[in-house]
Amino acid sequence: MNTFSQFLMQLFNGINSGSIYALIALGYTMVYGIAKLINFAHGDIIMVGAYVCLLSINGGLPLPLAIIASIISCTVLGIMIEKIAYKPLRNASRITLLITAIGISYLLQSSFQLIFSSNSRPFPDIINLPPLIIGDITIAGKYYVTIIISVILMTVLQLFVKKTKTGKAMRAVSEDQGAAMLMGINIDKTIAITFGIGSALAAIAGILYCASYPIVSPYIGAMPGIRAFIAAVLGGIGSIPGAVLGGFVLGIIEALTKAYISSQLSDAIVFSVLILILVFKPSGILGQNAKEKV
Amino acid sequence: MKKAIYFKKMTITLSGAFIAFVFLSILIKYGIINRYYTGILISFGINVILAVSLNVTTGFLGQLTLGHAGFMAVGAYCAAFISKNLVGLPDVVCFMIALTGGGLMAMLIGALVCLPTLRLKGDYLAIITLAFGEVIKNILLNLSFLGGANGYIGIPRFTDFGWTFWLAVITVLATLSLMRSRFGRVITSIRDDEIASEATGIAISRFKLLAFIFAAFFAGIAGGLYAHYMSIIEPRVFDIDKSIEILVMVVLGGMGNVPGCIIAAGVLTILPEFLRGVDNLRMLLYAIALIVIMLCKYNPNFNRLIHRWRNKLKGADRT
Repeated sequence: MNTFSQFLMQLFNGINSGSIYALIALGYTMVYGIAKLINFAHGDIIMVGAYVCLLSINGGLPLPLAIIASIISCTVLGIMIEKIAYKPLRNASRITLLITAIGISYLLQSSFQLIFSSNSRPFPDIINLPPLIIGDITIAGKYYVTIIISVILMTVLQLFVKKTKTGKAMRAVSEDQGAAMLMGINIDKTIAITFGIGSALAAIAGILYCASYPIVSPYIGAMPGIRAFIAAVLGGIGSIPGAVLGGFVLGIIEALTKAYISSQLSDAIVFSVLILILVFKPSGILGQNAKEKV
Repeated sequence: MKKAIYFKKMTITLSGAFIAFVFLSILIKYGIINRYYTGILISFGINVILAVSLNVTTGFLGQLTLGHAGFMAVGAYCAAFISKNLVGLPDVVCFMIALTGGGLMAMLIGALVCLPTLRLKGDYLAIITLAFGEVIKNILLNLSFLGGANGYIGIPRFTDFGWTFWLAVITVLATLSLMRSRFGRVITSIRDDEIASEATGIAISRFKLLAFIFAAFFAGIAGGLYAHYMSIIEPRVFDIDKSIEILVMVVLGGMGNVPGCIIAAGVLTILPEFLRGVDNLRMLLYAIALIVIMLCKYNPNFNRLIHRWRNKLKGADRT
């Protein structure tokens, strides 16, 4: 195998993890756009999704049903968290909301640790498709499935936000809540839908993540969660194409640094890229500059 | 006149601190407060330094930062490096040099972090400070002469109750008197309205930088105390969870409220120790407490209740 095809393999690795980050980043970015909240609990919803899927498969459900169960339970969980913890604080200061979100994240982690212990469990190999062979590059089945599913979901989401009435309502609420309310948009419902969609995407991302790294523990959400969060900021938090772009950029940078520079320094490099982008373009790659009003 | 009142207040606070110190030292000397409780007192002191210093940037200056543990890490490693390599001096001098060195190094890193981030605010500042904290942690993980991932071991145990107590008192008094000064009023004005204070001719960037390095310096001191108390430090300890823990103390105590911060630091140091009996429930109870406190803090009915109680108490005093 020559260096170029090795490079292509690493690129594919990056696109694979990047597409998972992008799916999670969509949840961060949508919630941020609409509720101005960095939802630190989002990473843990990935973990919940993975656990529900694992338990339903172990309980004997067929894979499609297990995936649907996981999506539904995460959606309900996301909406419930919004109703119980974030809605009463909608007009509170940012920092109060942020700490509540962190509290929810700790709550999910510790309750899952109590129920399922902190030992990690193996995740079954759910995607066993034949690998794709192009020349001397082999792409494992789970990789291209992950990429295809993510791209489909992102396109559907973009169409949903741009074309449907609910999507229009979501954009309106994120632009100006007061004005949206005056136009007769039900803000509570729109915010709940946003949380629901974000959590459903997180559930799918969780299953795909565990298909690539087949281990489930109460703490698996933290790593992809923080990466996806960086991806959302990188692309410009609040912007949906930005989150997708950020996810792929981050995944590729991570894979290439792990392969060619140092696997131990990859975290430091990822965070340094974030710092550099924020320093030179504070609103992210595709983010819009907020005008400062006096 | 005002100055006279201020000095009177200062003297009262200092003598109060001195009496408390003598009292606690006697208790420790005769073993009434055992080693375990002394340890809790020391962590309380370290947490007070951390919370009060973060309160300068987050509470008084109003900039949300999530990287305070990073400055603590810089201070801890630098101080530990100095005290391990500085032999032949008496312990007190060596520890003093180490702590100052740790604080100054944290200050330098604080300035380096602050300069490029001056134009960011709000959530973006929180994110970039979080990123800086993680970068510092990851660099420390990869520095083999500082122990890397295995931790930096064999740091002399210089920290005792007296050092922690007096450094905490110094931090609190320095913060209180600084906030009373022109500097304090300037940074609270930046918090209240950045544009208006810029329009009145305040060099915003300079004051932001000063507040940042002030906070970083004391975080570094706290790190130095921590390193010489534990005698082994790992980069993992100074992760984002630690920064959040300090931030929670500030929010719980009240933004820009120093006595509140001290109480919150005390509660959040002692509470986990009491929950040690139910170790596996500890994190869960902490999480629930966080959420409930935040929800109560913003609940109008709850606030009205507190207000009524307060009025009742005041009324009882008068009669």
